[in-house]
Amino acid sequence: MTTHINETTSYDADELGWFGGEAEGFGGRFMPEALMKALIELDDAWQKAKADPEFVAEFDAILRDYANLPSPLYHATRLSDQLGVRVLLKREDLNHTGAHKIRNVLGQALLTKRMGKTRVIAETGAGQHGVASATAAAYFGLDCTVYMGKVDTDRQALNVARMQLLGAEVVPVPSGSGTLKDAINEALRDWVASVDHTAYLFGTAAGPHPFPTLVRDIVRGIGDEARAQALEQFGGLPNAVVAAVGGGSNAIGLFTAFLDDKDVEIHGFEAGGDGFETGRHAATIQANDPGVLHGARTYVLQDDDGQTIESHSISAGLDYPGVGPQHAWLAKSGRASYTSITDKEAMDAFALLSRSEGIIPAIESAHAIAGAVKIAPEIKERHGEDATILINLSGRGDKDMGTAIDYFGLGDSKQGEAQ
Amino acid sequence: MSTSTAFEKAKAEDRAALVGYLPAGFPSVEGSIEALTTMVEAGCDIIEIGLPYSDPVMDGPTIQDAVQQALDGGVRVDDVFRVVEAVASTGVPTLIMTSWNPIERRGVDRFAQQLQDAGGAGLITPDITPDFAPEWIEAADARDLDKVFLVAPSSTDERIALTTANSRGFVYATAVMGVTGAREKSSDLAAPLVARTKKLSRSGADLPVGVGLGVSNGAQAAEMAAYADGVIVGSAFVRTLLDNRSDEKAALKALASLTEDLAAGVRAR
Ligand SMILES: Cc1ncc(COP(=O)(O)O)c(C=O)c1O
Repeated sequence: MTTHINETTSYDADELGWFGGEAEGFGGRFMPEALMKALIELDDAWQKAKADPEFVAEFDAILRDYANLPSPLYHATRLSDQLGVRVLLKREDLNHTGAHKIRNVLGQALLTKRMGKTRVIAETGAGQHGVASATAAAYFGLDCTVYMGKVDTDRQALNVARMQLLGAEVVPVPSGSGTLKDAINEALRDWVASVDHTAYLFGTAAGPHPFPTLVRDIVRGIGDEARAQALEQFGGLPNAVVAAVGGGSNAIGLFTAFLDDKDVEIHGFEAGGDGFETGRHAATIQANDPGVLHGARTYVLQDDDGQTIESHSISAGLDYPGVGPQHAWLAKSGRASYTSITDKEAMDAFALLSRSEGIIPAIESAHAIAGAVKIAPEIKERHGEDATILINLSGRGDKDMGTAIDYFGLGDSKQGEAQ
Repeated sequence: MSTSTAFEKAKAEDRAALVGYLPAGFPSVEGSIEALTTMVEAGCDIIEIGLPYSDPVMDGPTIQDAVQQALDGGVRVDDVFRVVEAVASTGVPTLIMTSWNPIERRGVDRFAQQLQDAGGAGLITPDITPDFAPEWIEAADARDLDKVFLVAPSSTDERIALTTANSRGFVYATAVMGVTGAREKSSDLAAPLVARTKKLSRSGADLPVGVGLGVSNGAQAAEMAAYADGVIVGSAFVRTLLDNRSDEKAALKALASLTEDLAAGVRAR
């Protein structure tokens, strides 16, 4: 199975990174002039790399031999019985390092090597992208610095230790809210000063052009694989594909292969936190307020002055006040629909999947499961007995055991904390 | 009023112009007006007023510290216009330096109009380049506002040409690859960048080039004044206020004497 990184869809950005055109669209490159040359070079390098069969073959081989891909498409029969529709799980939780994120960093790090750069930097919230980046840096022999909000380094000490073990330097960022968005700011500052020899491994399909496109191309294997697997194993395409949306990488990775299959419904689920109406959430698309954050025009959680509002979610990986610009465009154009899942709904789904299938999902992925639970009745009504929902199980739940122990009152979270 | 008037005056006196930056709302809205007025009285030719923003990319730790305090103190965009009005009324060309999103949120046209109404000269926009700013360019041109874009040591010739063609008032040359912050030693990237900028600017010597990032004393200012039309100072001014947080009088005194030192520097090219 090969990666289709060089294929396009009718929802791609133009050369300046605009999804849906500059006037009404999303994306672009709102960045300091100091980084413009690097962003243009990165775009050029990516265009050439993805058109080079040697690069693609090398990427495929690394994914296969090192990251354990393609991940299986699994028919979750007991969950299917409960929801009354056929449920297919794209098992990204079985990937090396436990999530879809390994695809992104291996792709970007391979490109870094090709460009002759020797150091990578990354930002991380819960630590998943940091661990993946440190892993890729170790694999390719690159120096690695990971920026992480001070609040996050304190609550994710085990992931900090993992990154250190893998040879990365972890820099706690005390400014702002001490969380992911501040880590991104700090990584960008590093990059301004180090751009001649350093690549920024962006953690999600957001940020200035070309990152939303670059990350999307690299992770689109999720959907390319799932589409081929569905055809082969079940003789047809699913009626709906479903994923959780933080910055949007796992979701766009799944959605891309289906964008031009007009019969396939596309559903993204954002983190609703305490509930959208409480204001304590990370449901950026649902909030529907366009702005510019971290280099792209997209939907942003912001106040009347355009100051970023902190997001809230039980899931650190979805806790981001922005979203990748292609999702903003898919929402506005009507191709995909986005709603939110509360912390409680997500944790109910977390327990449901654990008990019905023996799979403990990442809390991020549990948002997608909860979303499927919600839409299953309408999908069944529209498509009948054979209705099929394909869910991206973006990661496994080991990292979330501390949160789960606290949430379900299972005992001492300090002892149970797996990371 | 365009900042070019201040550059013309400095040129007539055969010196560089001194450009001073402080964020609005630090240590308070009134306090920032007082501080900026002190800088005008002590010899700044042009004033840049920072609009405090939650997610700055180009600000180093000194400015970020002050900006965070301003935000924690509750400063609003409307307060920034109030500060602009007060400072501009001294007769010194006054610009806002701002990240892009607050402009976008308010609406580009409305922001530009409020800036003009407050007597502001224009905007310095560190996180947006001319190729992504067509709305701002249009709104500014309709009102004769200055558009100060940035060039960097990493800029290609093609991008310097694009940037200077779209700048008005002056163009801001960032002397180092890095964020704001006072530096011990002057950058050796600055002089070649200014020379390249002047050569590639279609209007040639008519578009003044200001140099910023890292300047902290009169001697450095003199060094840069040898080849630049303007010397831009931010973090060093902010530092005097941060260092004298509990003593307002001492803060203003330190601010005034730093300004005098720098003003002497730009005259000693
Ligand atoms: C397992 C998993 N899924 C999803 C996400 C959310 O990121 P994205 O929206 O970019 O897929 C994360 C981020 O940490 C994650 O770890």
